[in-house]
Amino acid sequence: MPETAAILPARDVALPARFSPRPYRVAASESRHAVALVAPAVGLMLVLLFGPTAAALVISGTDWEFGAATARFVGFGNFRALAADPVFWKSLGNTLTYAAVVVPACVGGGLALALLIESRERFRAFYRTAHFLPVMSTLVAMAVVWQTLLHPTIGLVNQVFQLMGLEGRNWLREEGTALFALALIGIWQNLGYAMVLFMAGLKSIPRDLYHAAEIDGADSALDRFRTVTLPLLGPVVMFVLVMMAVRAFQLFETVHVLTKGGPNKSSEVLLHLIYVESFEFLRTGRGAALTVIYLAMVVGITLLLTRIIERRVHYA
Amino acid sequence: MSARRQPWIEGFARHCVLIGTSAIMVLPFVWMVSLSLKPPQEIFSNAWQLWPSTFYGIENYRTALSAVPLVRYLGNGVFVCTVIFVLQILVNLPCAYALAKLRFGGRDTLFAAVLVGLLIPPQVLAIPLFVLFYAAGIVDTYAALILPWTISVFGIFLMRQFFRTIPDELIHAARLDGLSEFAIVWRVMLPVARPALVAFGIFSVVAHWNDLFWPLIVVQSEQLATPPLGALHFANDEAGSNYGALMAGTVLITLPLILVFLAAQRRFVDGITMTGLK
Repeated sequence: MPETAAILPARDVALPARFSPRPYRVAASESRHAVALVAPAVGLMLVLLFGPTAAALVISGTDWEFGAATARFVGFGNFRALAADPVFWKSLGNTLTYAAVVVPACVGGGLALALLIESRERFRAFYRTAHFLPVMSTLVAMAVVWQTLLHPTIGLVNQVFQLMGLEGRNWLREEGTALFALALIGIWQNLGYAMVLFMAGLKSIPRDLYHAAEIDGADSALDRFRTVTLPLLGPVVMFVLVMMAVRAFQLFETVHVLTKGGPNKSSEVLLHLIYVESFEFLRTGRGAALTVIYLAMVVGITLLLTRIIERRVHYA
Repeated sequence: MSARRQPWIEGFARHCVLIGTSAIMVLPFVWMVSLSLKPPQEIFSNAWQLWPSTFYGIENYRTALSAVPLVRYLGNGVFVCTVIFVLQILVNLPCAYALAKLRFGGRDTLFAAVLVGLLIPPQVLAIPLFVLFYAAGIVDTYAALILPWTISVFGIFLMRQFFRTIPDELIHAARLDGLSEFAIVWRVMLPVARPALVAFGIFSVVAHWNDLFWPLIVVQSEQLATPPLGALHFANDEAGSNYGALMAGTVLITLPLILVFLAAQRRFVDGITMTGLK
């Protein structure tokens, strides 16, 4: 068996003579087959995932502009330039503000909807479908619909305001409201996603626990929620929090279609800035530096919240 | 008062709240269809009337279909998503099987790499992949839309977790029958893995059908536009002028996925949840 020897020469020699070679040969051929099975995935992983990630890190240390023949290594120069750029801080602040509005609304609202819908049989499927529909829809297209809903003259939102005797606004064109209009659309899109994740979490709570809690004197639904549902749902809450936070950081479509980051950068967010810097201004090095910051934020929030989940799971 | 509340009151309150929230969630869809059936003057004069006084649907939809190649966009969406999913299975399923069921050197390292890969958001790859594809001369082709997604660490992770629940006896029996490891992947594991594959397929199709970021970067030709890119072209063309036709086009672009969803919603919700909860 030349191939076997080639793959595991050292262990072949070390194997004591009294061992039967039979199971060992099976293991070696298993190993050879495994290598053939994983090879395409490993190759593509290197070329299309880890290679590019490393390349983004390298490009972020250069002043390269796409199309230029040369690039100079500038170390942390791009990051220093970003630190001095108010637009960068504005986009970072807007991204965090957007997340601070959308994430709690979706986690809280999603949990409330899941509890409310699952509490009884009637119309359960209908309610679930209605709330999940926005998650499935093509956001670019629905953004265009929201544009007409928020339109200053023909939009339904302003008509409702008028009816209530309030003054309407040009929601997407005013500095004070553009980001919040986008947050409203974000909540509309992601609420149903949080909801179905909570529904799956609720299903995993054994019914007996509720009966046990009732016997122990947890009479009202609120008591049972506090003593049974909430502690057991803890890890799910943290998980949904991670998913919603990552999705909030990925805000791009509605910004690109509706505001382009304006007016006056009031709705500029990190991912949209990455797109503009890298692919409209072709400032590739600067775009890569922004990409690295974006990567650090997504990885940071995921690891932070996962750490908390792991700690929670022990007592839950 | 410690007595139980009347159950019907709770039920009634539940319906009141949920009908309200459902109405808000569905409102943009209703509004979209409503505008797509109205003539321009009604769009500007009468927001409260859902059904138009003068039915203008045929004109709006005809304008939408002739203004941009909508059918082409949808066809591109179907083609790109199908090829991505097929390649994802071919590349990632064998890897997931090997990680779950075979012993080989470097297995733990590879699995650790998969877990690290899960943390990398796809937008991080945009600049280097664009440069790579530009150098390879495949910018503005179907290949550029498809290739980055052929590797899916998420798919590997999901399928590996699923394969681990499958008893080893099944594989031993297949080996005794003389099946090679390749044959085991495609003839034993693939059929068994159907529920997980459906879940992953739904996740994959929804993600790539709706993606704007990457197609926007890598595709310029209108003939290659996927539905979101098409919606964008169309919105730019018709901006501020013809809302009825714009909404008609939007209906046509959103409709296919929504119809598939309504036809198989149980699977969709399960699929999204299963892929979400890992």
